[in-house]
Amino acid sequence: MAKQRGAIVVDIERCKGCELCIEACPTSVLRMERKVNGKGYHFAYMEDPGECTGCINCAIVCPDGVISVYRVKVEA
Amino acid sequence: MSIHVKSMDVKDIIKKENLVYKKSPLMTDNVLSYCPGCGHGTVHNIIAEVIEELGIQSQTIAVAPVGCSVLAYEFVDIDWLQAAHGRAPAVATGLKRVMPDKYIFTYQGDGDLAAIGTGETIHACNRGEHITIIFINNGIYGMTGGQMAPTTLAGMVSSTSPYGRDVSTMGNPMKITELVAQLPGTYYVTRQAVHKPSNVRKTKRAIRKAFENQTLKKGVSLVEVVSNCNSGWKMSPVKSNKWMEENMFSFYPLGDIKVDGELVK
Ligand SMILES: Cc1ncc(C[n+]2csc(CCOP(=O)(O)OP(=O)(O)O)c2C)c(N)n1
Ligand code: SF4
Ligand code: SF4
Ligand code: SF4
Ligand SMILES: [Mg+2]
Repeated sequence: MAKQRGAIVVDIERCKGCELCIEACPTSVLRMERKVNGKGYHFAYMEDPGECTGCINCAIVCPDGVISVYRVKVEA
Repeated sequence: MSIHVKSMDVKDIIKKENLVYKKSPLMTDNVLSYCPGCGHGTVHNIIAEVIEELGIQSQTIAVAPVGCSVLAYEFVDIDWLQAAHGRAPAVATGLKRVMPDKYIFTYQGDGDLAAIGTGETIHACNRGEHITIIFINNGIYGMTGGQMAPTTLAGMVSSTSPYGRDVSTMGNPMKITELVAQLPGTYYVTRQAVHKPSNVRKTKRAIRKAFENQTLKKGVSLVEVVSNCNSGWKMSPVKSNKWMEENMFSFYPLGDIKVDGELVK
């Protein structure tokens, strides 16, 4: 069965740590990094990358447009 | 190419040819001046995506307001004017009348559109100018420190209603969107939000329709976006969106109010 795998890239220095992407992710892929960026914001990262389907939900709710999404079809 | 799911490494996914989403190329590289989690940025990106998809970048002129989005021209790579507080619909009227084939839209907050600019809003809507109005309603004057606006909910705390808006002395919150929908000059009036992915998608469809309507020359298309002002409301972005769902949407219900010149119901 064909399945989708996804991955995101966060532009770390432009992330403002609002956590809206975390709320938007249906498969709980994202967490906030304990470290902070140059502006002092915690930034989002993939804690559980295997669960990312590349649905783009996190990216379209990110007010700062800092998330890019990649997706491939894979065999289950 | 099809690869087995378990052998798949993130590095194999993050490749140019697999890119499915990034912010609109019509968004400039300037860092948005908005607070973390503020809906203004989300709406900017939606507008940029719609203009890009319609292929009207060089035919679009926007009018920026006074308010937090006063610098909108720094962020969306199209032509902009910046109007005096509340006057954006009047400026847009002039632009549209001398350049009737351009796509003209205003971008305004609730203080701009529903307080100081009430007259301009109502009369542009009543005249039926063939423009688009994007209205960001966060129920407060965000830029100046969270003062009460005409849109502030009954009982809502703001810096000038610290015990909550008392309607007996401070007046009732105003649904200006429902009000202008009653006017003959409005063709499409809708209320949306951008706090969730499904709402972002609906807002994008609404904004696209509001732009496409300009070619019909049948009057104003107005898209209200009920949004958060987490700084003004003094909440975290996540909490402000939850508060918005629980408190704003009952008074400002989401959905179409007027479609193709006909009131919905
Ligand atoms: C003529 C004039 N009066 C008052 C102000 C002060 N002022 C600046 S922004 C603003 C309100 C903005 O609120 P809103 O339109 O809701 O935008 P937001 O910042 O909430 O997005 C006011 C009253 C001004 N700049 N010019
Ligand atoms: S693309 Fe979808 S599944 Fe992947 S992190 Fe974003 S919201 Fe979660
Ligand atoms: S939504 Fe965007 S800015 Fe907010 S935490 Fe996620 S990546 Fe950062
Ligand atoms: S003050 Fe409010 S409206 Fe202005 S940028 Fe901050 S959150 Fe957004
Ligand atoms: Mg406001």
